[in-house]
Amino acid sequence: MTSPIIECRNLQKWYSGVHALKNVSLTIEPGESVGLVGDNGAGKSTLIKILSGVHHQDSGRILIEGKEVDFRSPKDAMRHGLETIYQYNSMVPTMSIARNLFIGREPLKWKVGNFGLMDQKRMRAESVQAIANVDLHLRSPDALVGELSGGQRQGVAIARAMHFKSKVLILDEPTNHLSVKETNKVIGFVRGLKAQGLTGIFISHNIQHVFQSCDRIVAMARGEIVFDRPTAQTSIDEIHELL
Amino acid sequence: MKRFLKIYLDKPELAGLALLIVLIAVFEIKSNGVLLSFENIRGVMGLLPEMALVAIGVTILMICGEFDLSVGSVFALMPMSIAVMLNAGVPFPAALLLGLAICALVGLINGYITLQFAVPSFITTLGMLFIARSLTIVISGGFPPLLPDDLPTWLFTDYIWQGAILRMSFVWFAGIALLAAALLSLTNFGNWIRATGGFNEAAASMGIPVRRVKIVCFMLCSMLAGFAGLLQVLRLGSPLPSIGEGLELQAVAAAVIGGTALAGGIGTVFGAIIGTLLIRTIDNGLVLSRVDANWFKFAIGVLTMFAVIANAWMAKMSRKIKVEAHK
Repeated sequence: MTSPIIECRNLQKWYSGVHALKNVSLTIEPGESVGLVGDNGAGKSTLIKILSGVHHQDSGRILIEGKEVDFRSPKDAMRHGLETIYQYNSMVPTMSIARNLFIGREPLKWKVGNFGLMDQKRMRAESVQAIANVDLHLRSPDALVGELSGGQRQGVAIARAMHFKSKVLILDEPTNHLSVKETNKVIGFVRGLKAQGLTGIFISHNIQHVFQSCDRIVAMARGEIVFDRPTAQTSIDEIHELL
Repeated sequence: MKRFLKIYLDKPELAGLALLIVLIAVFEIKSNGVLLSFENIRGVMGLLPEMALVAIGVTILMICGEFDLSVGSVFALMPMSIAVMLNAGVPFPAALLLGLAICALVGLINGYITLQFAVPSFITTLGMLFIARSLTIVISGGFPPLLPDDLPTWLFTDYIWQGAILRMSFVWFAGIALLAAALLSLTNFGNWIRATGGFNEAAASMGIPVRRVKIVCFMLCSMLAGFAGLLQVLRLGSPLPSIGEGLELQAVAAAVIGGTALAGGIGTVFGAIIGTLLIRTIDNGLVLSRVDANWFKFAIGVLTMFAVIANAWMAKMSRKIKVEAHK
């Protein structure tokens, strides 16, 4: 049997006296798409920040594909195939699509240490390919991200994660502040992950969106997981009742 | 056609270039052909590298989302500390390296205090403006020290050859400008600078060491300002403690006129040079046209405001033009 892609054991986190995560254990199998729901302050963001390497847990362990990991920075998490897309924080609007796709991971044709000349031809060619792979059609890799709609930006962010062969994609409130049409597009992207064999964690306080795109629902409240069941065996009303 | 218009609107420095050409034409006529005369260009091109290097440093730092008001003081501190070291018997190459190290340290302090204590860089570097200026006067002991005669001015400020129109400082300026432009547009570090200034949180979430990137930019900016100050002192032959006063604001004006955004993420080295050229042309052109020289700052003020408004308008127009997809 393959080991779970993510296994959290007894994670705890305090923020200056507030117990934000209380002994959280969660196991996610490869290819699952998990919806993480809960009210503000329930601990979703804390859990995600730990998994994406932004914060470090105070105690508890994280295993990726059965191996224990210790994330000290977002780079560590990315190196293990976990990539997080934030509601705003994933793209630099004043830069082109090609440059955004490769921020921090630029292919270099000549280098000294970690610094060198970017292979811009390759960046443009690969970003066109990556964007086409998520079924997004954009004018040119040189267009500024600031000129894209909110949904297109999320699409590019997802294309970026896929391009770098991420195994797990964490989407933190990707549908906030989007129009209905744009939201549907993003939900489409999330559904598409499964076909590509990726594991997805979709955080939202909009339970409808989670139900449309995930096959398992995990609900958190007051720093604990209070509900965990396949989508097929629950209903929107039940979750609403719970929260 | 639309595509060309959009490309043009996306590049505010091109508007600056157009304005520069117009101004040169106007002043050339008003000054009865003196503006573009050999001797006048020779004079302006002696001054240009000094201010342009400061403007390039300020531009890189502004792209990265920070700000430096201390460049004018560092412009004086670096050559003064070199002069003091030379008088104490330190050989020139060692004094030059130590002088650059002092600049790097100033930049490091600017960056560290700004980031560690979350002070706006406007405030940190305003403090440094006073500190560095004060240090310059203190170490000079009130009297500008004399410079030895055997300094390698042939390497820095002499005319490239006897009777040449350009000084060696122009070669340094051109080389540094090319390197800076390459750093910004061709290297991964340039990508990080732009990302850090364009959207700090996004850059950080992609694993870019945003604090280190900013500190390096602070250091680069101070070193360029100090080196520019050295060029001026070698050209004048005497380290005055008052040089560079007001230069910090002219450098910011040059950057902004050249299309650099105060909010960060946007700007080019070419724009900084165009901005500097505009300011120098207005300065020189007003004098040659026999306009009261006190109108100079007025003109720079109007130009700065106009540039920001024009750039915002151009960006808006550019966004409206959606070039169709080509398959």
